[in-house]
Amino acid sequence: MSAAITSSTATTDQRPGAEVVLRALKDQGVEVIFGYPGGAVLPIYDALFQQNAIRHILVRHEQAAVHAAEGYARSTGKVGVVLVTSGPGATNAVTGLVDALMDSIPVVCLTGQVPTHLIGNDAFQEADTTGITRPATKHNYLVKRSDDLAKTVHEAFYVARSGRPGPVVIDLPKDILIKPAPYVAAPTTEHRSYRPVTAPDPARIQEAVRLLKRSERPVIYTGGGVINAGPEASRLLAEFVHLTGMPCTNTLMGLGAFPASDPQFLGMLGMHGTYEANLAMHGCDVMLNVGARFDDRITGRLDAFSPNSKKIHADIDPSSINKNVEVQVPIIGDARQVLAALIECWKQDPTPVAKTEQLAWWKLIDEWREKKCLAYVQEGSIIKPQHAVRRLYELTRETGRDTFISTEVGQHQMWAAQYFGFEKPNRWMTSGGLGTMGYGLPAAMGVQIAHPDALCIDIAGEASILMNIQEMGTLAQYRLPVKVFILNNEYMGMVRQWQELLHGSRYSESYSEALPDFVKLADAFHAKGLRATSADQLDDVIKEMLAHPGPVIADICVAKDENCFPMIPSGAAHNEMIMGPDQEQNARSVTDEGKVLV
Amino acid sequence: MSDNMTRTATIAVLVENEAGILARVVGLFSGRGYNIESLTVAAVDEEKRLSRITVVTTGTDMVIEQIKAQLDRLVPVHRVSDLSQEGPHLVRELALIKVIGKGDHRVEALRLADAFRARVVDATTESFVFEMTGAGEKIDAFCTLMRPLGLAEISRTGAVAIARGTSHIAA
Ligand SMILES: Cc1cc2nc3c(=O)[nH]c(=O)nc-3n(C[C@H](O)[C@H](O)[C@H](O)COP(=O)(O)OP(=O)(O)OC[C@H]3O[C@@H](n4cnc5c(N)ncnc54)[C@H](O)[C@@H]3O)c2cc1C
Ligand SMILES: Cc1ncc(C[n+]2csc(CCOP(=O)(O)OP(=O)(O)O)c2C)c(N)n1
Ligand SMILES: [Mg+2]
Repeated sequence: MSAAITSSTATTDQRPGAEVVLRALKDQGVEVIFGYPGGAVLPIYDALFQQNAIRHILVRHEQAAVHAAEGYARSTGKVGVVLVTSGPGATNAVTGLVDALMDSIPVVCLTGQVPTHLIGNDAFQEADTTGITRPATKHNYLVKRSDDLAKTVHEAFYVARSGRPGPVVIDLPKDILIKPAPYVAAPTTEHRSYRPVTAPDPARIQEAVRLLKRSERPVIYTGGGVINAGPEASRLLAEFVHLTGMPCTNTLMGLGAFPASDPQFLGMLGMHGTYEANLAMHGCDVMLNVGARFDDRITGRLDAFSPNSKKIHADIDPSSINKNVEVQVPIIGDARQVLAALIECWKQDPTPVAKTEQLAWWKLIDEWREKKCLAYVQEGSIIKPQHAVRRLYELTRETGRDTFISTEVGQHQMWAAQYFGFEKPNRWMTSGGLGTMGYGLPAAMGVQIAHPDALCIDIAGEASILMNIQEMGTLAQYRLPVKVFILNNEYMGMVRQWQELLHGSRYSESYSEALPDFVKLADAFHAKGLRATSADQLDDVIKEMLAHPGPVIADICVAKDENCFPMIPSGAAHNEMIMGPDQEQNARSVTDEGKVLV
Repeated sequence: MSDNMTRTATIAVLVENEAGILARVVGLFSGRGYNIESLTVAAVDEEKRLSRITVVTTGTDMVIEQIKAQLDRLVPVHRVSDLSQEGPHLVRELALIKVIGKGDHRVEALRLADAFRARVVDATTESFVFEMTGAGEKIDAFCTLMRPLGLAEISRTGAVAIARGTSHIAA
């Protein structure tokens, strides 16, 4: 660094920018960073080298750094932190950032940048990172003045974790990392412009309670927002559901917010949700949505979505309300506070509950349950993927260990959601909104870093796992005992399923040709490789996997042509669900209007 | 709520005066497929580092509510105000209009400019530049009249707007 720059701004209480960044991170409570070095961030790596407070986990690809930070964040409720270099480091991180944006995961990503005087010159490894990540983040910053450095880091954490959480990028030109900068503590005053509302309007709460009490066919539909609001929100949710006696369903992102084993739980709803959950949504007269966003995987055809219900929607983000579905009672607030207020108001409000009608509603729901929409038959030696997940669930439960499940994207993800029961929040990491293949392994890695003694399992597909397989190297380096449980159907099964149902069984490019030998692959990455090819081997392989103290890849060779049901074909309504193979022809009648939907 | 009826909304957005804010707002509109009929921006308070954006857009009520909510969740946005919903307000636009012509056309152009209270801010023997402020429709009407008289070029600011009376937007 040239003396001219240092001497012009240095005062006694100033430290090089990189040190200021680390100090701000430390003051924000950061213990771990997931990162990958490069020229533009060398000053930060140098500063990391000279301290012990913050641990750095060296990933093998920047996308994985973000997913690892997501897993860390989702399983702890803290902000996940990422450090990558300029140019390709930053562009590699983009998929992870969008993933975190779609699923509302708090992440702060520090990107290196070329020095300020070279910005815009197509300098070596320059990319317009703030331009590229603007629509990929909740917010982003380019720090151009040393005076702004510490303040910006603090603000980034505030923005990432408050309101609806999300990813925030701080782009750090190299000169800013080298020049001395002043340190300031996190501000105690309110942010100038960003002040999310967290306390619900009591009048709306009362309106909601009265509607619910008078309701004859109520349903409570909750989502990722309850997880975002912290474990106390999940506890309050269970309290409210028990207090009201109402049925409860969760989205994919909300699994674990309400115990799967609870008799009032209807299972997941939506495209691959249960018969009872979807019919309850379709037939209800009052719907209470807490922290879910009426995603198209939930609503199916909008004009046929829950046509006769009054809808109450509690969400921290006003833009989630009335976005896809018009609601009658909007409540803006944090799920924890909303649930606490609902409980309080329910106890005080004298409106009588429509008990007889609600009992009749439960009878109807129980009839739907009798359909046993998730039943499958495991016979013969071919392993059914559903059975593999079920056994994994049962055998992990027997261990009594705290278990965290991540997934990749595809059929295996849906089977994991359907057949693995989640009793607690923060134990389930999946890429819901973006549906990013390659999410699961790095996410599990991040979870394992946060919970070194827990059991962390990535339920994977053979195609998805190859998208971030390099992270087996990270597992080896840090001795992270993550288990990769591959439901190997030799197909991009979810793609194959759609091709079968909607494109005349023309399996265009969906066969997983030339797969690696996953057992040998595990071996090459210093992990244990296991394989089950027939049903009688399944339990032993799972047990061996669970008992092994280090990382494992278990290659579970499952039925190749199994489809994931129930399924609401795109463009269909909730009551037009396909329950199993004998109703597959229903999908063939999907119109082009339906087919255009993803 | 009439679902498919579109309306025009004039939205005032008070924002931090910082690099990239305009890109955020424009990116929001293009990324989510909202219309922009016009968009203006300028610093309004140097000391408090505030700029004001006025955006005129069209959509159904549900879309316009969505636009407001989306704008409001941008971190550097202080206030979003749908002037067209919040009572009487003024909308003004400034235009510079160049008309090139000779003889009778020139005389007629001047006469009409006078009727529309457009000011001549530049003149040569063959051209005028008129300056005009007013509602967008008034400028439209004037431009239509100028077309046969040698309208050569138009530069418009797009709408700026403010509520009438004492109600006001502050950070
Ligand atoms: C192959 C595939 C199939 C899928 N099939 C299904 C399916 O069958 N069923 C299904 O449910 N999903 C399915 N999904 C997932 C789906 O795409 C969506 O990601 C998911 O439904 C969204 O969940 P959510 O509504 O809980 O919202 P999230 O994405 O979790 O959003 C959370 C909502 O809560 C709000 N919020 C955040 N924090 C708080 C807080 N503190 N307090 C209050 N509100 C808060 C946010 O503003 C947001 O509106 C599938 C995904 C894939 C990849
Ligand atoms: C990065 C990315 N590319 C493409 C897709 C589209 N896609 C969704 S599921 C899927 C197949 C996944 O196959 P596999 O991992 O074997 O899981 P399976 O469905 O067989 O369980 C594909 C290609 C995606 N979700 N993500
Ligand atoms: Mg597969």
